[in-house]
Amino acid sequence: MPQLKLSVVDELLTNQILDEAMQLLADPGVRVHNQDALDLLAQAGASVDFKSKIACIPEKLVRSSVSTAPKEFYLYDLKGKPTVRMGGDSVHFDPGSTAVYILDSQTGEQRAPRTQDFVKFVKLVETLPQIDAQSTAFVCRDVAEEIGDLYRLYIALNYMRKPIITGAFGIKTWWVMWEMLKAVAGGEKELTARPIAVFDICPTPPLLWSDLTCQNLIDCARKGVPAELVSMPLAGATSPVTLAAAVIQHAAESLSGVTIGQLANPGSPIVWGGAPAAFDMRAGTTPMGDVNTWLIDLAYIEVGKSLGLPTHTYMGSSDSKLLDIQAGLESSGGTFLAALSGANMISGAGMVDFLRGQSFEKLVIDAEIIGMAKRLLVGLEVRDQPIAVGLMRKSAHKANFLSQPHTHKWFRKELYIPSDVIDRGSLDAWHKKGDRSAEQRAHERVDVLLKSYQPSMLSDEIRSELRAITLGAAQQFRMDDLPALPE
Amino acid sequence: MTNELFTQLMNSLIDGDPEATVALTQEALAAGIEPMAIIREGLMPGMNAVGDKFSCGEYFLPDLIIAADGMRSAMDLLEPELRLRQQTVESPGTVILGTVAGDIHEIGKSLVGTMLSANGFKVHDLGVNVPTNNFIQKVRETDATLIGLSALLTTTMTVQREIIQELTEAGLRSKVKVMVGGAPVTRSWAEEIGADGYAEDALGAVQLARKLSEAH
Repeated sequence: MPQLKLSVVDELLTNQILDEAMQLLADPGVRVHNQDALDLLAQAGASVDFKSKIACIPEKLVRSSVSTAPKEFYLYDLKGKPTVRMGGDSVHFDPGSTAVYILDSQTGEQRAPRTQDFVKFVKLVETLPQIDAQSTAFVCRDVAEEIGDLYRLYIALNYMRKPIITGAFGIKTWWVMWEMLKAVAGGEKELTARPIAVFDICPTPPLLWSDLTCQNLIDCARKGVPAELVSMPLAGATSPVTLAAAVIQHAAESLSGVTIGQLANPGSPIVWGGAPAAFDMRAGTTPMGDVNTWLIDLAYIEVGKSLGLPTHTYMGSSDSKLLDIQAGLESSGGTFLAALSGANMISGAGMVDFLRGQSFEKLVIDAEIIGMAKRLLVGLEVRDQPIAVGLMRKSAHKANFLSQPHTHKWFRKELYIPSDVIDRGSLDAWHKKGDRSAEQRAHERVDVLLKSYQPSMLSDEIRSELRAITLGAAQQFRMDDLPALPE
Repeated sequence: MTNELFTQLMNSLIDGDPEATVALTQEALAAGIEPMAIIREGLMPGMNAVGDKFSCGEYFLPDLIIAADGMRSAMDLLEPELRLRQQTVESPGTVILGTVAGDIHEIGKSLVGTMLSANGFKVHDLGVNVPTNNFIQKVRETDATLIGLSALLTTTMTVQREIIQELTEAGLRSKVKVMVGGAPVTRSWAEEIGADGYAEDALGAVQLARKLSEAH
């Protein structure tokens, strides 16, 4: 059986989306606030007005750039094993990135994340088998804002084994982060050959590139570091309100990113990602747990696949402010649909409030949703031939399958069995355990999981090197020392 | 006849038809109706009705914005007439608005600008990626008592702090109240950098601007 897959755009519509995106790149073009990119585009035959910084990119150039982009690449864990395949219909999950607060389950308050919180989060992600990659999930508020990006990576690298989805907030800080990755990978060549990190690169809607993101994209490409384009049209606000038009804008922005990246270094790994939303017409917000948003996501993922590029999306998060039924329905809806789209990396687990908040408890619950979604993708498998006739003729009308070796042999493989965060007990059993909600069970499970965390295998030598790199950057921003790292 | 025109003006705002608002305003002026009466009897009731419909969930942001645009265009026609008569519409205040240096995000800031204008504030929108010095310069040049700083990025948030520091160093801090906003901006951040207020959305920004203007 092929992997279960959902389609929302047919070939005809996909072609029109790409055709209109190409037309937009030719006229009105993209506005690029970055000299390096404008030079690259001009040299390759785009018509560039250096004064207005507008580049009109001909379709031929876009198509040839897409053709040099790799169809797939792998992300490696810190042991050097390829664990994430960015390509085909392989589906992976990572927590949402860059939360500005932690949802404290004990008090229900939103509080500023600190170093120890992020350490705990990275450890928790390591213990959840459903989650395939780390992300730089918080901005720690106990260090200078100017090193917020690289400090997150510093923390994560000290505790993680899984590969990581990250991003830079500055042009200079990208290089510091690259130094860190190089130190952990064992050198520049090693890092290029076995990437352990992806950088998110966000164009600004509509059809704009800031100096910072564009330079990050070019630097990633030149160093062979995977870049993940995160185009985010807001339907009805920064893009047309019709969902298909938002997908066209997404395609145009992403194609311009692929072109700039491939011109900087043909063959450098690049991901067709995104975090669009349908603007909420009442609150003026950017809902992620929204069917309109999901339709844009599903369509652009298919468009990216039609170009043969690795894909990413932001789905599976909620806009609720607490872990209530809204959080459950939005996170489940997004996670299942994203899995069925075959997106290679799906970000958002753990997040609430429009990607502003992260929650340990929600991450644990979302891991269960992800587990179920991954099981769904596998679908029905043929384990025996014939499938049932042999077995059932033997036991005829006796309901004794629980005691059969066949059951014992297959149940673990056949059934996705959730942790006790999902309540499947009797009412009596539930009362005996204290009438607890999923959130309360998740809260206890966080502690249980953290006890099973296996320390990272990074050598003391590399740890000191990471510290020296980070401290060097911190000292430029009124910080004489770094917060101590917990065990 | 006059009453009918006022009703049509009001309805043009409620229906989101700025072209009709402009045409009706011109018609009213041509008919010799006093500009202040056009505002008080036609335009304001229309804006209030739109605001009420938004508050009760019947109307949405696009309805609000298109009405605000109609109102703005009508005021552009009426203001010269008011000046001729040496009349002024009382404004709750003047606001300098912009997205800080290094940040090219426009939507949140523009939405705030539209809503402030629709509520009678005079708005100097400096655009996006505004050099810090331009904010300082504008505070010097104008009689603005409010300044709104937008930042959508975690990195550019720090520029909000810088601008507040620059205002202090230039001796202008007491002249203006500082409002900050943007996706990563929180109340605690606003407090930490010494801003006077923080709003989560455009309507909140209007309330905040009113509150700060009264306090000024």
